Amino acid sequence: MALLEIKNLHARIAEDGTEILRGVDLTVNAGEVHAIMGPNGSGKSTLSYVLAGKEDYEVTEGEVLFNGENILEMGPDERAVAGMFLAFQYPIEIPGVATMTFLKAALNAQRKARGLGELPTPDFMKLVREKANKMNITPDMLKRPLNVGFSGGEKKRSEILQMELLEPTLCVLDETDSGLDIDALKVVSDGVNRLRSPERAMVVITHYQRLLDHIVPDIVHVLSAGRIVKTGGPELALELEKNGYADYIGEAA
Amino acid sequence: MTADNETLRTAAERALIEQYEAAPTADAVKLLREKAIAGFRSRGLPNRRVEEWKYTDLRRGMSEALPIAEAPEAGEARAAVDAVAGFGDMAGARIVFVNGLYVPELSDIAGIEGLTITSLATALGEARPQGLGDLAGTVTDSALDLNTAFMRDGALIEVAAGATIDRPVEILHVATGEPAATYTRHVVHVGTGAKVRFNEVYSGKGRYQTNTAIEFSADKGADVSWIKLQNEGHQAQHLSTFVSALEAEVGFDHFVFNSGGHLARTQVFLRFNGENARAGLRGTMLITEDQHSDVTLVVDHAVPNCVSREFYKSAIDGKAKGVFQGRINVFQHAQKTDGQMMCQALLLSDEAEMAYKPELEIFADDVQCAHGATSGQIDAELMFYLQARGIPEAEAKTLLILAFLSQVIEEIGDEQAVEALEERTRTWLGY
Repeated sequence: MALLEIKNLHARIAEDGTEILRGVDLTVNAGEVHAIMGPNGSGKSTLSYVLAGKEDYEVTEGEVLFNGENILEMGPDERAVAGMFLAFQYPIEIPGVATMTFLKAALNAQRKARGLGELPTPDFMKLVREKANKMNITPDMLKRPLNVGFSGGEKKRSEILQMELLEPTLCVLDETDSGLDIDALKVVSDGVNRLRSPERAMVVITHYQRLLDHIVPDIVHVLSAGRIVKTGGPELALELEKNGYADYIGEAA
Repeated sequence: MTADNETLRTAAERALIEQYEAAPTADAVKLLREKAIAGFRSRGLPNRRVEEWKYTDLRRGMSEALPIAEAPEAGEARAAVDAVAGFGDMAGARIVFVNGLYVPELSDIAGIEGLTITSLATALGEARPQGLGDLAGTVTDSALDLNTAFMRDGALIEVAAGATIDRPVEILHVATGEPAATYTRHVVHVGTGAKVRFNEVYSGKGRYQTNTAIEFSADKGADVSWIKLQNEGHQAQHLSTFVSALEAEVGFDHFVFNSGGHLARTQVFLRFNGENARAGLRGTMLITEDQHSDVTLVVDHAVPNCVSREFYKSAIDGKAKGVFQGRINVFQHAQKTDGQMMCQALLLSDEAEMAYKPELEIFADDVQCAHGATSGQIDAELMFYLQARGIPEAEAKTLLILAFLSQVIEEIGDEQAVEALEERTRTWLGY
């Protein structure tokens, strides 16, 4: 059974009815890393939001099976508990909530939903510090309100730290490379690569091939005008880097 | 005062006047009382046509005047005080009022150098206590008039010049649940350069009426922090007036935590009398069901070079209604005044309501003054982010409300007080 199966997914913006996804089909197996590339406005971020359960989008057709279960009726928190994780393109600033407090609330909420007890605070602190250290996240950052005053790179590192801590089975990374300099890109991709495992799959959404030098995908898809128009190996990303998306924009329209 | 006024009086207004006439006092402040009740006779309870009370119509909201509270039995008083969380054992000195009357055996007021606390009731038997009525006399207000007419007890607090009082002075008010009215008046004076913190706490159960007033003055260079915890019972009426005057170079921080009362109003009058003083007026309001809570400020920048910050945040649920009125007056010669007022509310239900009336009246020409007010719902983007990390909707909402309110609570700066108020906020939120 595939870890994630998207079948003929159609979605529109709830507010104005604009159709964004027009029949996405995608199958992701455990252990695989998929890259989804595409021009601006092709629906990449929408796909990630629809998977995570954002209410701004309305699914009009199709289904999304995660571990064989249709998740479209599930709330975002239930999807997270089921093992889904979205690394946001623009991580939200939450003034007043210390990063550490937030991490603890998230981890314990997931543990509770899975019938596990809360992690004792000393164990939790030790776990976070250990993982934060690998992501170059200082204890001072953990004390600060979540993402408030964080640089672009710090925000993305914080996203990957959350991912490492919550250990999801499906990681969706939405333009994780945007706003990163070369050094930060390395830290972030190393974090992602550490999480690669036979039980876990990744969907890496990106505009540029650059990220894929660091996180090497098994399969590359091109999304254009709300549909996957081409699927290939890592060489497809290189080809796109060279020729651009021009070929595919015409095809989808 | 005409015959027409008599016939138009509400039952509560008539009862209040009768109460006064039925128990004439001959104490040292009889003249103040007479003047106050005369003011009340002519103005009655404030209603929506009185600009300062536009959003809190006391004539409608106060349907009856409860009898003046009696002293509780010792055991009952102790049980009531024990049931109050207050600020725990933070306090150094503590003066306790049960049903508006000082209870010496539950208080601990002696032995702190530079701090003198006496009971108003005792003092009134002798002479008019120094300062009593001076600041209150600068304000025309019916709730304050009632307090002056009926004040029975309170604390006279003197902090000596140069003294540093390490632990907070707690003024605790507890109602035992009798359907009765209490009137306390405190007069607090902080001497030159003295440093002190006050915790003013209200708690109780049942249907009762609290009317309290404080006259507060701080001399040059004093450093004072004042936290009011208004946690009255949900059927209570709470009317409170804080009249203050700051001399030069005073640093003063006032915080009000509002969560109790069926109808509650905290009015703060603050006047800068000396230059280079600073005041921070802050607070939170957490109300639900059919609670009505009002915070009204009048800040007089009467002299140049003073700084005031007014920052309030509210979380309003159910059919509750919050009111914030803030008025900053900058007098003609009060150049270089810096006054910034901000008020923000989260409306947690469709029927929750918040009324704002910010006012700036500026007669000087070289000042920095601003005000802002916002009200809105919990940000859906923030909710989604938290939920996407597995935090259930209800908990995410709670976290965000707590975060919203914490932003003003944390400005208190005193870690212990911040923790105590955040704990109270969490309790209110059931977290």
